[in-house]
Amino acid sequence: MSEAVFVGLPRRLVKLTIDGREFEVAEGSTILDACRRMQIDTPTLCQLDNLTPVNVCRVCVVEVEGSRVLVPACSRKVEAGMKVQTDSDRVRHSRRLVLELLASSVDMSLCSPQVHAWMGRYGATPSRFGDQVATAAQPVKIDNDLYVRDYSRCILCYKCVEACGVDAQNTFAIGVVGRGFDAHISTEFDTPLPDSACVYCGNCIGVCPTGALMFKSEHEMRAAGTWDESRQKVTETVCPYCGVGCMLELHVQDNSIVKVTSPLDHSVTSGHLCVKGRFGFEFVQRREAKR
Amino acid sequence: MFGAGGGTSSYQEAEETDLIILWGSNARETHPIFFHHLLRGVRGGAKLIAVDPRRTSSAEWADIWLGIDVGSDIALANAMAREIIHAGLAHTEFISRATTGYEEFARCVEAYTLERAEAETGVPAAAIKEVALAYARAEKGMICWTLGITEHHNATDNVLALINLGLLTGKVGRYGSGLNPLRGQNNVQGGGDMGAIPARLPGFQDLEDPEIHDKFARAWGGATFPGRKGWHLSEMFEAMDRGDLSSLYIVGENPARSEADQGRAVRLLSGLDHLVVQDIFLTHTAQMAHVVLPAAAGWAESEGTVTNSERRVQRVRRALEPPAGARDDIDIICELARRLGSDWGHPTAEQVWDECRSLSPMHAGMAYRRLEELGGIQWPCPDESHRGTQFLHARLWKHPVEGPRAPFHAVEHDPPVDRLSEEFPIRLTTGRRLDSFNTGVQTNEYTSPLRKGEALLISPEDGQRIGVEDGECVRVSSRRGSVDVNVRIEPTLRPGLAFMTLHFPDQVSTNILTIDATDPKSGTAEFKASAIRIDKIPAQVPAS
Amino acid sequence: MDIRTTGGPATAEEMAAVDGLLGEPESLWEGGERRASDDHLAYGGRATRSRRHLLLPVLHAIQDRSGWVSRGALEYACRRLSIPPAEAYGVVSFYARFGLQPRGALSLHVCDDIACKCSGAEELCAALENAHGPSGVVWHRSPCLGLCDRAPAALVERAGMQHKDRQIAPFTLAQAESILGGGAWPEPATYSMPRQAQPKLLRRIGAVDPESLESYRLHGGFTALGRAEVIGSDAVIREITESRLLGRGGAAFPTGRKWESVAKAAARPHYLVCNADESEPGTFKDRVLMENDPFAIVEGMAIAALATGCEKGFLYVRTEYPLARRRIENAIAQARAQGILKLEIEVRRGAGAYICGEETALFNSIEGKRGEPRNKPPFPVDVGLFGKPTLVNNVETLLNVVDIVVEGGASFAATGTKDSTGTRLFCASGHVTRPGIYEVAMGTPLRALLDTAGARKVQAVLLGGAAGSFLTPDQIDVPLSFEGTRAIGATLGSGAVLVFDDTADMKQVLLRIARFFRDESCGQCVPCRVGTKRQEEILERMLGGRDGDGRSDVLLLSDIAQAMRDASICGLGQTAANAIASGLTQLKVLNV
Ligand SMILES: Cc1cc2nc3c(=O)[nH]c(=O)nc-3n(C[C@H](O)[C@H](O)[C@H](O)COP(=O)(O)O)c2cc1C
Ligand code: SF4
Ligand code: SF4
Ligand code: FES
Ligand code: FES
Repeated sequence: MSEAVFVGLPRRLVKLTIDGREFEVAEGSTILDACRRMQIDTPTLCQLDNLTPVNVCRVCVVEVEGSRVLVPACSRKVEAGMKVQTDSDRVRHSRRLVLELLASSVDMSLCSPQVHAWMGRYGATPSRFGDQVATAAQPVKIDNDLYVRDYSRCILCYKCVEACGVDAQNTFAIGVVGRGFDAHISTEFDTPLPDSACVYCGNCIGVCPTGALMFKSEHEMRAAGTWDESRQKVTETVCPYCGVGCMLELHVQDNSIVKVTSPLDHSVTSGHLCVKGRFGFEFVQRREAKR
Repeated sequence: MFGAGGGTSSYQEAEETDLIILWGSNARETHPIFFHHLLRGVRGGAKLIAVDPRRTSSAEWADIWLGIDVGSDIALANAMAREIIHAGLAHTEFISRATTGYEEFARCVEAYTLERAEAETGVPAAAIKEVALAYARAEKGMICWTLGITEHHNATDNVLALINLGLLTGKVGRYGSGLNPLRGQNNVQGGGDMGAIPARLPGFQDLEDPEIHDKFARAWGGATFPGRKGWHLSEMFEAMDRGDLSSLYIVGENPARSEADQGRAVRLLSGLDHLVVQDIFLTHTAQMAHVVLPAAAGWAESEGTVTNSERRVQRVRRALEPPAGARDDIDIICELARRLGSDWGHPTAEQVWDECRSLSPMHAGMAYRRLEELGGIQWPCPDESHRGTQFLHARLWKHPVEGPRAPFHAVEHDPPVDRLSEEFPIRLTTGRRLDSFNTGVQTNEYTSPLRKGEALLISPEDGQRIGVEDGECVRVSSRRGSVDVNVRIEPTLRPGLAFMTLHFPDQVSTNILTIDATDPKSGTAEFKASAIRIDKIPAQVPAS
Repeated sequence: MDIRTTGGPATAEEMAAVDGLLGEPESLWEGGERRASDDHLAYGGRATRSRRHLLLPVLHAIQDRSGWVSRGALEYACRRLSIPPAEAYGVVSFYARFGLQPRGALSLHVCDDIACKCSGAEELCAALENAHGPSGVVWHRSPCLGLCDRAPAALVERAGMQHKDRQIAPFTLAQAESILGGGAWPEPATYSMPRQAQPKLLRRIGAVDPESLESYRLHGGFTALGRAEVIGSDAVIREITESRLLGRGGAAFPTGRKWESVAKAAARPHYLVCNADESEPGTFKDRVLMENDPFAIVEGMAIAALATGCEKGFLYVRTEYPLARRRIENAIAQARAQGILKLEIEVRRGAGAYICGEETALFNSIEGKRGEPRNKPPFPVDVGLFGKPTLVNNVETLLNVVDIVVEGGASFAATGTKDSTGTRLFCASGHVTRPGIYEVAMGTPLRALLDTAGARKVQAVLLGGAAGSFLTPDQIDVPLSFEGTRAIGATLGSGAVLVFDDTADMKQVLLRIARFFRDESCGQCVPCRVGTKRQEEILERMLGGRDGDGRSDVLLLSDIAQAMRDASICGLGQTAANAIASGLTQLKVLNV
């Protein structure tokens, strides 16, 4: 083994064609990377830059010449000479159906505006399957002071499982349980979080794209009608606790911290925190009362 | 570490190394996000070895856990060194070129046979040998430590013993190899770098070096300030005891709660003529003060920088208005200066930082703008074209070696001061939990589902011997005092070893039990090793 | 791994079951009692985590002993193998055969799948429901058990120190009552073999003693392996390539090409996997081969390993095939004992998941994970089992290999058509008078097969199982070859030939297929997870005559079908709409 290969070899460029335009990207990039570089808006639900692609939602599929089926842009690596179509009838059809099928089974109302824009773009009409269809509707799980889990919103994107598992926290408090339409996210034997392995790092919440996982504070503010993202300001700072130096994003509304996240691209955290960094901010705003 | 007070490696390297020894560190709970990096390394094939008296959650990830007796680290390290030397695995080329003091070191460790090490540490000889050889043979290897190494009366020697291992095997100064103290607080590193230790000026520059002293004096308009090193915390308490110190200005510390042998600390603090406390809380120490200066919280209510365990200087920013009356630290200090007759104006945090950069070569290139762009910069960063330094001491591998050689230090095993005896037969060690922080002033303000309050953790065997069950109350006594606390049975503890935290001083003052035997060089007390006795007390009538 | 378990201890019996497989725990840290040596030292980490692949065998050990998997037992297994309980729970709950609720020692699984439906399975199930309550407590409905030639079929199992399981077919209500009442189990008949003109692959079936290596030798056994050892890897691969053999597992991939890729793969070790999961409804050929000619499969594996440089072999057989499993295990043990088989082969039991026949899902299952297929590329030949280059072949494929090595690739290719060489095994069941396995040369018209098997008044033929498609009576002259079926938009698939006469209720058949896919979808990807559910719902309401507008429902179904076909991760989702679509359009089952 040679030493100090840390500089990373300069990556070769690969030439491919997307929607008729030739483009060069670094070897090892995904089709999604290439699309983003070319400003082609590509819907994604289960992809996140700080997680290993699981390619399960299939909303990002594209047509690759020579491939019998569509391929997921988020995980498929580019190859020299690849010919990709991102807006063919087949692509539009599958993207539409994925969004429709999902939205017919779970409550996607708290997904980002971007997701709603994609639904509009592909003409997704979830109601067309009828109103007698099975859904994931179920009561909200509130079993601790920090998290709320509303699995009637869960699209099973696996992100929380990845964040709780090998991609970051390695605690594995939750996993995918059951199979087929009954597959769902759960602790072992559906045990309440306080009896599970959960360490409340909040990294699952940090990656959840649907609002299925939520900080209890946000849940309560939403219930009270006081949650207002337009009035929130996000400031980056460093966690006040241990010496690792995690970058925090403090979401502040009315001079009060309402949520804490971390930037996905920060070299220290990759977007992941621990319970202290995520929730340990209360002291700073309880001082008034104490003094 | 040989002239630079910081961890040598970057977190990224933990992901790509071949072997990591986590020594006296439960990073899984105390440095959780560093542990993410470490686990990426483990997933990628790195071997993990945990050295810790307790089988911690970090140790559960380890390929090998060496459950040493508390305070026997040097015996272990020296025996490992001896094994490495005897196996012909010492990096002789590196040693002869880049280090000094090897001969004496080798003579010293020769006395640490495996048999002796097994007797001192409790760890089987074969396992010590196995770990020694694995470390020496690894292409890249890191040693990381925390308070398990430094909260001892011989903390500095402990650290030196680990550094010796790195020098012996050439595991420093190269990508993926290093020696890394993981810092306990978000700016311990930065505080030291800025000179908030007795012998240093900003930039970790030697206060007693006349040239440096002059440089600062000139920059500060010919100001006069002492040219000799001051006291560290423990020395201050000794000075109070002697009557040599009668006024104290404390910024952001809670010694009335955080010092070992708390009874003594409180007594000495209350005997002061004048005590000023600047803090974001009315802490127990602040309550004893003559003057309290309410401060804004550094991380969320003011601007500035902090430095982490990989020497990365990062920006903190103001996200909240501080509560009425609380002021920025810079404001308070400048106001104080003004009232003492020196007008420093109203500098912004950036202006203060730029002044620091102009005097501290290792920070010189770190303009705010660049800190922002690069997501923080690792020192040293000598100029604005420099992207920071991923790992330290590459110079030791240059031909010829740049700068001074790295010294070996022959250090001897010296067991904990608080000896076990018939009267105090159990070793109490202290530590931290994932969801809490130090004395809990900050963390006790949020509700953590993990928090179960203070308890004395003991092995099932000890529980049985004493005749207590989980949740029962006991009296724990050391040579310094007693506290009453509930017992929690913890199967991962071995008989004779007990564990408590310092997180809930209002509930249980663990520091009444701890000893203030202090390392003369670093000033840290031996929180990790007290001798205690556990007595069952009759069940109390529960408060209604 | 820092594992938290809060479910309470396992029973002594459960611990014994786990320890029986893994050996006694060596320390407190592995789930045992504290010993003095635990105080200052523990080994673990990667060494323990690398035993994750033993999870399914351990779960089987638990279930075989106590009839179900309790939380305490699961957590004990987690401690022993260093697996987080939530992950392990995700695994147990994935496999239909593991019970997570307390159950009696005796359990009865009754097939209600397509072929058995043609032979009165529904009536049987209705009677059981009447007498013993709904499925899921004492008796359980099951998808195809691979005994369609003697439908209706059942599998009975008794947990305990002496775990016993046996397939029974044809199965009667009287037998069910007797078994549930504690009576004796009828002896199994292993196959029904209609007489055939000149069997080739099947020539030893019924002639050779499946339990005796000597008998196999007397029938020419192990000459192929001997020859392979003489001519060497390259020559073997050349013969296979020349034979133009296509895989018999369903995907019809050129075997020679696959072998060559694995042989050339740089990463080490290489693994060999024999896919004996056979769970495609209507398919039972691999079972018959394993039960009656197991040594030949072992020989095929040995040749494959030799040719492609595999260091270790696995044979993954569905748990519903106890006799096949035992015979294969016996064959491996004998061949190893005699020094004929150098390759180490481990037999792994599936646990009730059709999807685990998909090669990458199968890898995950062997690795102790949920049987979720992986996205391809990378392909198994590069990144397969445990992330290493892996050769996967179907049982029948490997049996062909044995003959090819002896007779030579060119001679093999002389049978069949240009693009489909050799013979092929077909599993005839449903409304035929002589159900069973038929070996015919590739290219033989389906009609000939149907005639031999005794099909009359054919309404439809489901060719290739649930993942295949329906043929109408006017399509049954199709030649049974890959290209022949492809030309009419059909597939040979697994070789299942399910025949329906004019009495069959095709609506019920379509619904059963829809339910099959909904049940068996791994649930990973949206088009298949939700698509199979919606497909079933829409079919149900069309059959129930609800929601009037059948035409828009047909449109919905075809929209879903297209997305499943185009955007699903694996072959299950990609084919889950085929049979239903062909049923609706070709057979006009619903007159829409
Ligand atoms: C849902 C699904 C189920 C499958 N089941 C089986 C099976 O039971 N047996 C089998 O040999 N191949 C099965 N396959 C095909 C395998 O993925 C793989 O192609 C085959 O084992 C390769 O062997 P061959 O080349 O010898 O055909 C299945 C594929 C899919 C998509
Ligand atoms: S809970 Fe959220 S993150 Fe987890 S799978 Fe569901 S939608 Fe994804
Ligand atoms: S197509 Fe179905 S079975 Fe295959 S991966 Fe997707 S959900 Fe799983
Ligand atoms: S974003 Fe690509 S499959 Fe989900
Ligand atoms: S055994 Fe019942 S359908 Fe196959």
